Amino acid sequence: MTVIVAKELTTALAALREHDDARLIQGGTDLMVEINFNHVKPTTMVSLRDVEALRTIRTDTAGILTIGSGVPYSVIEGEPVLSAIPALAQAARTVGSPQIRAAGSLGGNLGTCSPAGDTLPVMFALDAMIHLNTLDSSRVVSIHDFMTGVKRSVRQHDEIITAIDFPIVRGWQGYSKVGVRNAMVISVASACLVADLENANVRIALGSVGPTIIRCRESEAWLKSTQDLSAGQSISIDVANEFGRRAAAESSPIDDHRSTAEYRRHAISVLASRLLRKAYQ
Amino acid sequence: MATSSTVTKPRDILGSSALRPDGAHKVQGSFEFTSDMHAENMLWGATLRSPHPYARIVSIDTSAALALSGVQCVITASDVPGKPTYGLISSDQPVFAQDFVRYMGEPVAAVAADHPETCRRALALINVVYEVLNPLTDPEDAVSGAHDPIHPDGNIIRHQRIIRGDQTATGPIVVEGEYVIGMQDQAFLGLEAALAIPDPDGLGVHLHVATQWLHEDLSQISACLDLPAEKVRLTLGGVGGAFGAREDISLQVHCCLLALKAGRPIKMQYSREESFFGHVHRHPATIFMRHHADANGKIIKIDARFVFDGGAYTSTSPAVLINGITHTQGPYKCDNATVDGYAVRTNNPPCGAMRGFGVVQACFAHESQMDKIAAAVGKSPVEVRLINAMVTGDPLITGQIMESVAPVARCITETDVIPLPEPLGTTVNELALPGGSGLTASRSNIVRGIGWGVSMKNLMYSEGFDDYATARCILKDGVASLKFATSEVGQGFVTLAPQIARSVLGVDEVIIEPIDTQIGSAGSTSASRQTWMSGGAVDGACRLVRERLFHHVGKMHDIDPLRLVIDGTDVVDQLGTFRISVADSSDGIEISETFEHHHRATEELDENGQGNCHTAFAFVAHRAVVDVDPELGLVKVVQIATAQDVGRVLNPLSAIGQLEGGIAQGLGLAVMEEIVMKDGKVRNPSFTDYLLPTALDAPDVIAVMIEEYEPQAPLGAKGIGEPPCISVTPAIVAAIRNAIGKDIERIPVRPQDICL
Repeated sequence: MTVIVAKELTTALAALREHDDARLIQGGTDLMVEINFNHVKPTTMVSLRDVEALRTIRTDTAGILTIGSGVPYSVIEGEPVLSAIPALAQAARTVGSPQIRAAGSLGGNLGTCSPAGDTLPVMFALDAMIHLNTLDSSRVVSIHDFMTGVKRSVRQHDEIITAIDFPIVRGWQGYSKVGVRNAMVISVASACLVADLENANVRIALGSVGPTIIRCRESEAWLKSTQDLSAGQSISIDVANEFGRRAAAESSPIDDHRSTAEYRRHAISVLASRLLRKAYQ
Repeated sequence: MATSSTVTKPRDILGSSALRPDGAHKVQGSFEFTSDMHAENMLWGATLRSPHPYARIVSIDTSAALALSGVQCVITASDVPGKPTYGLISSDQPVFAQDFVRYMGEPVAAVAADHPETCRRALALINVVYEVLNPLTDPEDAVSGAHDPIHPDGNIIRHQRIIRGDQTATGPIVVEGEYVIGMQDQAFLGLEAALAIPDPDGLGVHLHVATQWLHEDLSQISACLDLPAEKVRLTLGGVGGAFGAREDISLQVHCCLLALKAGRPIKMQYSREESFFGHVHRHPATIFMRHHADANGKIIKIDARFVFDGGAYTSTSPAVLINGITHTQGPYKCDNATVDGYAVRTNNPPCGAMRGFGVVQACFAHESQMDKIAAAVGKSPVEVRLINAMVTGDPLITGQIMESVAPVARCITETDVIPLPEPLGTTVNELALPGGSGLTASRSNIVRGIGWGVSMKNLMYSEGFDDYATARCILKDGVASLKFATSEVGQGFVTLAPQIARSVLGVDEVIIEPIDTQIGSAGSTSASRQTWMSGGAVDGACRLVRERLFHHVGKMHDIDPLRLVIDGTDVVDQLGTFRISVADSSDGIEISETFEHHHRATEELDENGQGNCHTAFAFVAHRAVVDVDPELGLVKVVQIATAQDVGRVLNPLSAIGQLEGGIAQGLGLAVMEEIVMKDGKVRNPSFTDYLLPTALDAPDVIAVMIEEYEPQAPLGAKGIGEPPCISVTPAIVAAIRNAIGKDIERIPVRPQDICL
């Protein structure tokens, strides 16, 4: 196996062009498990760990926090993300153990694109934009277009996810994740809710209850059409529970060894209701 | 006035919190576990396992694997020179499957090659043709005979009943339930590993292995290898936990066979995934219990039926069954009982020893029943348990008289007075609520519950088995050397043994010689027995040495040896002024003594389950406080209060470690740890999906050690390893029931069991 340790982004991009078999590795928290289980057998690896450009958090554009794809979760848990995008900081805190959070990053969550990826519902709820670069081009793709299925995305072989743009939204936001253990657990069901007071709407995205992250557009529309979602409003428990039921109806979970479809659907209804109540209490 | 800054360090004698000699190395990562071992010219071994729970082997073609560069040899059932099977109680488990595979993961072949990756490729090249058969996965089908025998020995491993007292007795209060216990894994951290080094003449082998019982391994391995016992030598490698999972043979025979065939050292080590298939688990069980009680809640009669799923091979199922059914009553008086118990064979993974050994299952059932009695008679869980609490001298349902110290009521009352945790305030740290870092709950979503569990556990082996322990002590120039074959698996015998020698002999420096088979058996590190048994052997050997030292000193200084005692590190004349240090008194001489400690004899049960089958007992009470999110079904165990009958504390630090660790393991069984099976296949063989408690799941533990000296124990100390994990599980489940007001009869309790 050849391992190319890139110091500059261009080195890594050139390596992807040169080696059709190249696999990108950043923290390695997912890929190394795959390798150790012989599920994948890369012959060329391109390490992004030393590419400092991927480890920055910037506010180049007003109202947008741009987080480098290699910024570890242990950094995302704290400031400035905690104040600007608290739901993302909360999601980052639920990832694995401290060791995993010191290594793993948003680029890895996006690269793997599992429906159980902890930070993906936050990206879906916030309409995050994904920066993809090649050696000679770049594009910005909405998260909604980026993830196409279970562990499938539109990223091309010669592209590197460099950063993610998160709009800074005024209003309460939160992330909740159900697992059968109080930490270090794969999500059985998760939800991110964002209250956008400027636009008087609520957005909610669900994890681990479908082949992709599910944005509950119908539930959001129902809520906006029946409630005043601007600042200072409150939501009754009946409305919250109805919102929960509607969000659960938009999920499509399965039975597996981690849980049952019935429980997952139930958990989504509870999480959605609670998150909405917190947003407008 | 004193200007000296000399501080006398407390000696690491019995009663002190002596530190583990290997503790710093383990924390720093420099301890050599068996998987870290290496030998010159070493090859690697690996195992091919069955993908099917039940299938007939039509053919095995190893030619392609043998042709792979780097492969030294491939072995199958036909390469086993001696006995083709092994087993702790019944030799019914093949070294390699021959005609049939009977569980997913059963070994079919093994390879030796120059690299683990070569091994992996070679395994993929072995072509096994299977005729897949309909697996027997429901234990009730084994009991009823609904499935054809899956093994020549039949599908019922053991059936035993207990008939005691008035079979027609009834009471005004009748409560019953059917309790289901899932399959728990021991989940030790140090994976199975061994290094086998063949003798230069090829006629023997030296095996370094992580095991619980060197001599039992030795006899099973030598039979399979067809070698005389003296041609097989075992040395204990560094062991990272055991909990019962290293009592059975796993890779021992495979590794030795490969080494003898290759003529080179062979190292084998399992991955975490392979480990789930490579060792036995805790028996899943279904237990029906019906209690008859009087209006005060006093037990009149118990009816019970146990079915333990033993999986494909016998392992220790017969003994687990007996432990389960003989603990039907728990730590309570009971004069009348009708108990029927089965351990059966299925195509599920073999089950055997795990901390608590059959009593864990029984305790979940009887403690759930005690709460039902309490509710039926309008008493508190504490009151109904105190009314029934057993005392020394009570007869058990086997007719055996409880001769151990039995402070059951004290365990309960001393637990009861431990302060409860602060009530949940209005503002709380959300990480500490059920759901933890997932931030699923607010304070208003949470309800709190309190529950109780009390247990009785037998210590040492039962049913007539003489599980003796051997130790040798050599005193030379003031230094004691101890030799024993006691497996140190993390329990702390390497800490305790020097404490014993220092206390008995007045030495400070104690050397532990290599732990191997060059001395008599120590028995297994299991059944809470090594402090009692190997501790007794070390104590006995040291006392014999001390007696000879006193004779030597008496002769040299013309004092009656009977007047001599050890005081600190000196030999002193208790009737005079003579005093000499142990170091000086033993200068230039060497005293060596070997001692075997045997516990009292026990008996087999008769057909009605009557007989003095157990050696001794220990007791413990647990009170659990849990927070529950009833809507999401998530649980956080807040506090465990416990008072444990320990006889005597020999090392307080080590003792609290056993209590806290056992409580974490019992918590795991209560709310998360389960090997999930479907059609005989394991669905979650990884620590990603087999969930163990993390620091955020672990409760505060407040423990009281009840020290009532046990006269039958050599050091007055009872075994303390198993009780902590036994009754904490029902206590947690009772607390969940108390919080949500719903009956739960299955463990582990899953979120959907609470909220749907």
